[in-house]
Amino acid sequence: MRGMTLIVKCITQLMAPSIFLLGIYVVLHGHLTPGGGFAGGVLMAGCFVLIVLAYGSEEARSEVRKWRASLSESIGIFIFWLLAMLGVIQGSYFFYNVIAKVNPGQPYTLFSAGIIPLCNIAIGIEVAASLFAIFITLAVLKVGEKL
Amino acid sequence: MLTILILFVVLMILGAIVALESKDLLSGIISLGIIGFALTIVFLVLQAPDLAIVQIVIETLTLIILIAAVLKTTREDTTEEFSARKAFLWFAGLIFIGIFLLAAVKTFQHVPKFGHPTLRMAQLYIDQGLPLTGASNLVAAIILDLRGYDTLGEATVLFTSVIGVITVLRKMGRKRT
Repeated sequence: MRGMTLIVKCITQLMAPSIFLLGIYVVLHGHLTPGGGFAGGVLMAGCFVLIVLAYGSEEARSEVRKWRASLSESIGIFIFWLLAMLGVIQGSYFFYNVIAKVNPGQPYTLFSAGIIPLCNIAIGIEVAASLFAIFITLAVLKVGEKL
Repeated sequence: MLTILILFVVLMILGAIVALESKDLLSGIISLGIIGFALTIVFLVLQAPDLAIVQIVIETLTLIILIAAVLKTTREDTTEEFSARKAFLWFAGLIFIGIFLLAAVKTFQHVPKFGHPTLRMAQLYIDQGLPLTGASNLVAAIILDLRGYDTLGEATVLFTSVIGVITVLRKMGRKRT
């Protein structure tokens, strides 16, 4: 897969940070507005995919490492599991919303709802990394190539 | 509202048929996109913005990944069909459709009216979602607090599918043939 023209590369340089920022916004405001970890994570993965498509797989092969995507994916789901285990550690049941019971916060503000925004962040990391890992495995790597 | 829904469902069925029958894989993938984007509009008509956002983003990314994979490999549909096998498939399909229609007619006689769920749990979620969890987006409150096990399962499914894709396409541990 070759890279695209200079116009596409320039527009990608302009657009990619905004798309990534929108993804972070959707993840962080998942408990207030429509969206959440899945939608924001896919937006972030789409930003990476856009960059790889615009600059071509030859350029991407020198920068992209598959183990980084796999590692962030594993870290994301591990954080999610740890947040669920917080309730057990504290002495209650699995998925108990510990933080909301101790310090509920003001509803309709960013710092509210206990572990829900933290779970959204973990899911966002996991979804973004896993979709990007699938993309580079299917579209960038040659069959059997190790990266 | 029901007319729009029926219109889009018919469009989705047509897109699915075209995606199955086309010999060119690229046009098949693009007609597959019709299903996803029509589903987005169906979610918007049903007033489910959360699902609509997830659906439109996932559909776009999936189309891009599939198109990149097809452009890298081959555009031709290389499936071979034998006449005996085809006849069996038609036969099995007709029988399945008959059973499905019978079961559907029996089931839909007992389903409550559209928009009137019989589950008492749903009303409790709507009333108590904000006081119980503190999240003003009721969908986030349900999927991450009241029904958190489901979301852990979904995340595990995604994790497992990525491990599967990487394992099938890796080089390490593969036997030389």
